[in-house]
Amino acid sequence: MFSDFSTAELMAIFAMQGFAGLILFAVFILMALGLAIIFGQMGVINMAHGEFMILGAYVTYLTSTLFSTHAPDLFGAYFFFAIVFAFFAAALLGALVEWSMIRFLYHRPLDTLLATWGLSLILQQAYRSIFGAREVGVVIPDWLMGSYQLTDMIEVPINGIFVMCLALAATVFVITLMYRSRWGMQVRAVVQNRQMAGAVGINSAKVDRMTFALGCGIAGVAGSAFTMIGSTGPSSGQLYIVDTFLVVVFGGAGSLLGTVASAFSISQSQSILEFFMGGSMAKVLTLLIVVMILMFRPQGLFSLKVRR
Amino acid sequence: MLKVADFSVAYGQSEIIKNMNFTLGRNEIVAIMGRNGMGKTTLMKSLMGVIPSKQGSIELDGKEVFHLKSHDRVKAGMGYVPQGRMIFSTMTVRENIETGLTTTNKRTVPSDLYDLFPVLLEMRSRRGGNLSGGQQQQLAIARALASDPKLLLLDEPTEGIQPSIISEMARTLKLIRDQRGLSIIVSEQVLKFALDIADRILVIEKGEIVHEELRSSVDEAKVASYLAV
Repeated sequence: MFSDFSTAELMAIFAMQGFAGLILFAVFILMALGLAIIFGQMGVINMAHGEFMILGAYVTYLTSTLFSTHAPDLFGAYFFFAIVFAFFAAALLGALVEWSMIRFLYHRPLDTLLATWGLSLILQQAYRSIFGAREVGVVIPDWLMGSYQLTDMIEVPINGIFVMCLALAATVFVITLMYRSRWGMQVRAVVQNRQMAGAVGINSAKVDRMTFALGCGIAGVAGSAFTMIGSTGPSSGQLYIVDTFLVVVFGGAGSLLGTVASAFSISQSQSILEFFMGGSMAKVLTLLIVVMILMFRPQGLFSLKVRR
Repeated sequence: MLKVADFSVAYGQSEIIKNMNFTLGRNEIVAIMGRNGMGKTTLMKSLMGVIPSKQGSIELDGKEVFHLKSHDRVKAGMGYVPQGRMIFSTMTVRENIETGLTTTNKRTVPSDLYDLFPVLLEMRSRRGGNLSGGQQQQLAIARALASDPKLLLLDEPTEGIQPSIISEMARTLKLIRDQRGLSIIVSEQVLKFALDIADRILVIEKGEIVHEELRSSVDEAKVASYLAV
């Protein structure tokens, strides 16, 4: 499949697809981070995670229209506000969902799967009723438009670089929170042994709610980033949820670095293969490789070795 | 300081602890002895609130804690060292102790804990799971002490630990009691350790207290006969 291209062309293709893959990587990682900390902490597989992402995207859309009608001068900066709003909107909804639904189902992990799937359907319909079935596009401010010319053949879109930085910042933020803060320590203690965490004085119910809210909030930020690479519709989130699960499982549940590594490898292989063999075949091949690796390493890419 | 009254714990229909009544004085160490399956661990877990209890009352310093969740019991002044130690194995030694600080306002590990267990200071950056059994036991005790408890519950602390360390542990526990003025309930199968440490010995059988004796007047042969299979 490579024979139709010259070496220079191939290099350019790899570089450009690589950069395109980095944007996918950014969305994957923001989605997977949230999913991974929720799954790691509570064993809840949040099927509605994609809808939390789309909530963030809609909030970004609302913020952009709000700014363009009421504060056109500040339009260039709306995106930063949108990220913050998206985070809090998704986090609030997440906390509400945890309080009203998930906390009753902690003893029944399979039921949370069903419940969150139902929630995802409800949310999709809610978006459809509120925002309409048509996809909405967000106007990207001028400074994020265009691309940066690296060489004659390679150009890198600026919004892609921005999304990348956003994802990196979010990752660093979450990792710092988990490994440097008191709250992160409590989360890790609850993950390891819920009963014992209670018996040393950690209020695990409170930690659960915070974790769920944070995970959903990050999905909201992912939604903000998502508006730059795709258009927002009621069911856009569903397309990403399966890939995100793949990323979490492949990386090894409970390991944030593993999540980063697996998001990177999956998004890159997907993006580069896509150019040569089309989207579906690229996905098939990626999935096959991941399944093969998981057969030999069921615990995922990264896992800690200690006495249990 | 601790008053347990009409206390029952049941798993479904089978009652494991039956209408138990006992008290514990300030600064007192009580050893709860009994053979396997007589309810020692169930008693400890339910006192800590890790498993639900059926009825009764647990009064700690005049405060009823029966309906509190375990993290609130820690706040009320209970510390717990479970059977099998249950340290957080992927977290470092220092972080393990810091989890015990949750209910206090402290942020860093008080140095007197490291004075009690110097080996933990040496190992503070290692993962808890990579410590030996005896070190893990010390870590579990340090973690429980970090929350400044008035009452310490120790569930079979000698399990899987070599004899020389067992007698050292008895010394350390008495030292802790004297320094901090706390009360200790320890469940135990090893008679020698119980005699080393306890002021009073309770023997339970099938969830009921069948024998109670002060250390000073204890009839070793009698207690041993309860433990014999």
